[in-house]
Amino acid sequence: MSMPLLRRLVLTTIVAAGLVSSAAQAAGPLTYDLKPTRIAPDTYVFEGSTKHFTRANGGNILNSGFIVTADGVIVIQTGPSRRYGEEMRAAIRKVTDKPVRKVFISNLHPDYWLGSQAYADVPIAALPGTIAGIQEEGNGIAENMYRLVGDWMRGTEVTVPTEPVYGSTVKFGDHRLRLIPLSGHTAADLMILDESTGVLFAGGVVFCDRTPTTPHATVTDWLKELDAVDGLDIRLLVPNHGHVRSDKACVAQTRDWLTWLDGTLRHAADSGLDMAEALELPIPDRFQVLDVLREEYRRSVAHLWPKIEQASLPRVN
Amino acid sequence: MRNVLLLCRIGLSGAMLVIATPAFAAGSPSDPLNSVMWDMLREQYFAGAPVVFDNAVKVTAPAAAEDTRAVPISVDATALGRVVEMVAIADLNPFPLVLRYHPGTAAPYIATRIKIQQATAVRGAARTDDGVWHVSGVLVDAAGGGCSAPPTSYAQKDWADHVGEVQARLWPADPDGAARLRLRIRHPNDTGLVDGIPAYFVETLQIDAQTPGGSPVLARIDSLEPVSENPVYSLDLRPPPDATALVLHGRDNQGGEIRATIPMPPRGAKPAMSPGPSAQPWSVGQ
Repeated sequence: MSMPLLRRLVLTTIVAAGLVSSAAQAAGPLTYDLKPTRIAPDTYVFEGSTKHFTRANGGNILNSGFIVTADGVIVIQTGPSRRYGEEMRAAIRKVTDKPVRKVFISNLHPDYWLGSQAYADVPIAALPGTIAGIQEEGNGIAENMYRLVGDWMRGTEVTVPTEPVYGSTVKFGDHRLRLIPLSGHTAADLMILDESTGVLFAGGVVFCDRTPTTPHATVTDWLKELDAVDGLDIRLLVPNHGHVRSDKACVAQTRDWLTWLDGTLRHAADSGLDMAEALELPIPDRFQVLDVLREEYRRSVAHLWPKIEQASLPRVN
Repeated sequence: MRNVLLLCRIGLSGAMLVIATPAFAAGSPSDPLNSVMWDMLREQYFAGAPVVFDNAVKVTAPAAAEDTRAVPISVDATALGRVVEMVAIADLNPFPLVLRYHPGTAAPYIATRIKIQQATAVRGAARTDDGVWHVSGVLVDAAGGGCSAPPTSYAQKDWADHVGEVQARLWPADPDGAARLRLRIRHPNDTGLVDGIPAYFVETLQIDAQTPGGSPVLARIDSLEPVSENPVYSLDLRPPPDATALVLHGRDNQGGEIRATIPMPPRGAKPAMSPGPSAQPWSVGQ
């Protein structure tokens, strides 16, 4: 009579202990907890962190978005992982029953497209240069993300965009989308201007209060991209990283940073400083508003210095 | 072949270490970077010599390697005064020894870029007159693969036509008499770890001064596999006042010669920029 009760008690204790210890190991399932913000008619953004890819944020450092049109939903960027893509699609589903009509990817950097697996059933559009870049570097980019954010990436595989797009204006329902192909931040940067709402999805061309990244950048071309943004009539600017703003202040901020960065590294190389020493150069106070400033500056030294140095040294044999 | 030899050497010294450990550990300070390779590397590169961990040797490298094929590193032992020899080591590389520098009359400072195969301790060591090795270092995180990636040179059809091309610039001496030299040599500097590509790297570099009275040696570098493709060096030399030019000569492991004459800085040129406030932390990687 008392034995079964005792056994049950022991069993319960074991089960409870097991639950406690597994809860201690993983503090609940990983979730990005994506909540869309409506920024204009039919237009939503999932705002990400302005930090680096970390195991805490799962790589959610981007502003992905979507536009609900009469012809279906247009998705802009799919995030850093399969999990992000799936959660994003589920969150879109809560806003509208309309099917996803098309996905646009602005460049080859990981947070723009590694969530594309969740959209394998719809056309995924990108510039030809972006498609080529993902074909060439996609596996390496994905591997590095596994290293940086770990389990968030589980099940993520490289999904290459399926539809090359070019400079054009395309109409979905009432929304006329101007596809603007540029190069500078990467070799192929796609900006999307919704002419109906005046919302510009600037991709990686503009950063807002977040230090710009330069792994595939050509600074002189990037500055021309910023001039192109200045020439556009827009009401709202959605940078891929940082804050959504109704003015072009962050175009100027991105230009200021790139001009300072390029000029400083050229001056340092020309003045005999070594690359290792350049990692520690002081950064002016006005850039303290940019998140992950020193880290991103050091990455930029790695990206930009070798070419600048090569150009600064005369041949002697 | 070279790789196999080196691996054998590591294997052998590892085995010897197992036997020797108890006696050895007593006189060996523990590694502040907690590298599993330290005891073995110490035995291999500093055998028999006294070793101290000393932050007077400043090692600068990024905390995370953005490009594992070209991680900037500098070793500055000027705080130690007279230094006879310097080495740079990346503990977890297939070839840990990066270079040996014989500064001669030059300031004990060397900077270059290296390949790293995985996250590792990166060390600089300087041997002072009294035979003591002063060792310091930083940890560099990395995605990995820098040593086993094929050089990008090979993507260019005419790469072989450019091997041995030298770019260089000498800045005037600063108030301490040290004149910054920067060198860049076109060379694949291949480790030999990529299938079908034999090891092919710059092995020796020497810088002499050209003077009316002769050609004194200013400094010498024994350069090894981990130095990046198209190696770049920054050195702080002390050319004699009557030097009319510097002469660089060296060779790679396949016997290829490197030779260049580096002009003195033009009149009116300014000394190299100083690296910044001395209050900065002793190592960037920490």
